[in-house]
Amino acid sequence: MKFGFVFSQTDTRPMYQQIMEQITQRIAVGDWPPGTPLPSIRELAVETKVSIITVKRAYLELEREGVILTQQGKGSWVSESLDLMALQREELIQHLQQAGKLAKSLAIPEDELLQMLRKYI
Amino acid sequence: MSAPLAIECKDISKQFPHFKLQNVNLSFEQGTVMGLVGPNGAGKSTILRIVMGLIGPDSGSIKVLGHSMPNEQLAAKRNIGFVAEDMRLYESETIAFHMDFIKSIFDSWDDEYAKTLLRRFDLNKDQKVKGMSHGQRVKATLLLALARRPNLLVFDEPTTGLDPAVRKEVLDEMMNSLQDETHSILFSSHNTLDVEQISDYITFIYGGRIIESRNKEDFMDGWRRLRLTNMNNCQLPDLSNIKDVQQSGRLCSVTVNNYDDSIPEQFTHAGLQTSSVERLTLEEIFLANVQSAKANEYKGATL
Repeated sequence: MKFGFVFSQTDTRPMYQQIMEQITQRIAVGDWPPGTPLPSIRELAVETKVSIITVKRAYLELEREGVILTQQGKGSWVSESLDLMALQREELIQHLQQAGKLAKSLAIPEDELLQMLRKYI
Repeated sequence: MSAPLAIECKDISKQFPHFKLQNVNLSFEQGTVMGLVGPNGAGKSTILRIVMGLIGPDSGSIKVLGHSMPNEQLAAKRNIGFVAEDMRLYESETIAFHMDFIKSIFDSWDDEYAKTLLRRFDLNKDQKVKGMSHGQRVKATLLLALARRPNLLVFDEPTTGLDPAVRKEVLDEMMNSLQDETHSILFSSHNTLDVEQISDYITFIYGGRIIESRNKEDFMDGWRRLRLTNMNNCQLPDLSNIKDVQQSGRLCSVTVNNYDDSIPEQFTHAGLQTSSVERLTLEEIFLANVQSAKANEYKGATL
């Protein structure tokens, strides 16, 4: 396979998130440095055998996060001003938000939650 | 600017002695894949036959690649590759005979691609149909449709009865046929994984009606399962979104459609605690849809 994307059937996340991860990983390890043009949505869909609409969604989300840039008629490329640290930080914040929400729905008090978190630092 | 439509069915109905298709609206643009799902006898094959002009509807209109069906089917079929389960090949002839036969009718036949497909599908063109297995027959029929490189593929249950390796080859070739914006696919399948993987649009059919027809991301995003704890035996909120409720003791799992973030709050207001919100696979959505459609039928019958 040209791009070497490998997906897991046991991964319960939606497919568009798995595609996003495969792309950000390629960027993170430096295989796709800033400015690298991404395959067209159709090209990547045909290559990975995943529907066009799913690949399109992955690109839209990556654009929203500032990881890639897309211009009508020109395609997409890895953002030149990409701050990988900021990206990973953003991901951590999202996990914390989830944890906070869950703790609230389980009625776990704030100090207990902080104690739980400390165990993993 | 949106792409031209591959298929446009408007309000088609068709009455049979023991079954009726009611007000079917189905359309999707060229360059995309539409997957039909639904239980046995829901009307999937009938819709495909109507699209192919093999059955005329009692009312409604059908346009395929811009041609009105069934009146302009000759022009339309030049660009459609249709494969159904009950298609027969000549038992005493070889695959090569069939390839030459199709090639003599359709000038779009691609010799190189046909050879590639023979290799990928692991078929021997000199073998007679008589001695071929079910899987080999299906693959041969798909090859005959694909090698014409038609603009529209209409496949009725293309992967039924195939082993996982061959199923993958078939799905791969379906996706390979989408190289540009002018190629589209309409297919039906019981294999929800196949539909979930390659479809851009999903249409769910039950009892001759379309229950849901929308783009796959919205379709999959709309459904959620909430895991709730009901400590005080409170009444569940009366939401039209709720499609299924499983309750045992204080634990409760609720399946909802058209999910939005306000739904967990509504359960909290009703006195229940949400412990998790899960996405569903297409298989689970399929089952929930069938269950809820059946329940509605029952309600209708008792009224």
